[in-house]
Amino acid sequence: MTTADVLPRLLSLAATRFGKSVDALSAGDDFFESLGIDSVEAMSMITALEERFGIEIPDYEVQDVRTFEDLAAVIARRV
Amino acid sequence: MKFEGEALGFELDGGVLSVRLHRAPCNEIGLSMLGELERVADAVRAPGVRAMVLSSDVARGFCAGADLKELHHRNRARRDEGASDDARVAEVRSFLERIHAAFDAIDTAEVTTVAAVHGVCFGGGFELALTCDVLVADRTARFCFPELRLGLIPGVGGLPRLARDVGNAVVRDLLLTGRSLGAQRAHQLGLVSQLVAPGEHRAVAARVAAQALRFDPAATAVGKAFAKPLPRDAMDREIALFCDLFRRPAVEQALARFDADTSAMPYLPAAPRPPS
Repeated sequence: MTTADVLPRLLSLAATRFGKSVDALSAGDDFFESLGIDSVEAMSMITALEERFGIEIPDYEVQDVRTFEDLAAVIARRV
Repeated sequence: MKFEGEALGFELDGGVLSVRLHRAPCNEIGLSMLGELERVADAVRAPGVRAMVLSSDVARGFCAGADLKELHHRNRARRDEGASDDARVAEVRSFLERIHAAFDAIDTAEVTTVAAVHGVCFGGGFELALTCDVLVADRTARFCFPELRLGLIPGVGGLPRLARDVGNAVVRDLLLTGRSLGAQRAHQLGLVSQLVAPGEHRAVAARVAAQALRFDPAATAVGKAFAKPLPRDAMDREIALFCDLFRRPAVEQALARFDADTSAMPYLPAAPRPPS
């Protein structure tokens, strides 16, 4: 699976989870900022992504990722 | 038997001791929590107790571990008062030995103990959950040993107890990366015995405790002691190693950084800054 394949699924999941319109989110957005994520929500999002994509995502791979596109790339490497 | 404290409460009902942690923000283990966990350690050994369920009323999770802010401020205050390094390390050793005594008492209680875990289960909270016989976790639970980012190792039996339950490769991965492990993966690895839907952990844990009541107490005690030996020698070495590490100035600096950290993942070390 490529980053391009993952990205729309990621945006859809994030929009649903955080009550945003998917149209309001784009690949280059800073997701911590766009979603207003705190530490508990970051953990919850990792759990949701792991379950959605059937993978494990070490926290440190997400820690310094800022955009949805970069996060999609992290996921694509493990799918 | 009933107790309602600042950090937790417990009640004995029909042979099951239900212990509920309720200290905001996430049941951090400082002096008040420790004092009340010592009451739990006594209560679980009281006549009439046949099983225990340990859970959290706090939305964020089961327990975020040691109260690092309290540790940092107490440590700094003692230094400002002129306490020597030896004196400060001796105080930390005394604190650790108290937690170990309470955790060991829970670990070796002759009744079936169940941790009902959701959300954050980090550091000392993970170590507390590992004292229980059966871990029931809902899908939101995440387990983590973040101590290395403070220049420390887990100090309350976490590594020896985890090594008792899962392979050492898993122990090393969690220790050396500081990553958190999701409940689903923890279930696959055998750390979590029963994985349940979000919010169902406490009800399922109560069913485990109810099941435990149906068995002969003497056989339960013998079987548990045989299946769950206390790794005492390793834990004694762990205390010594923790205290050696705690003595270093790097730990005090790391505690100060943690105290000021407002990032979304304060349990991970910050990325190194690029050279300027």
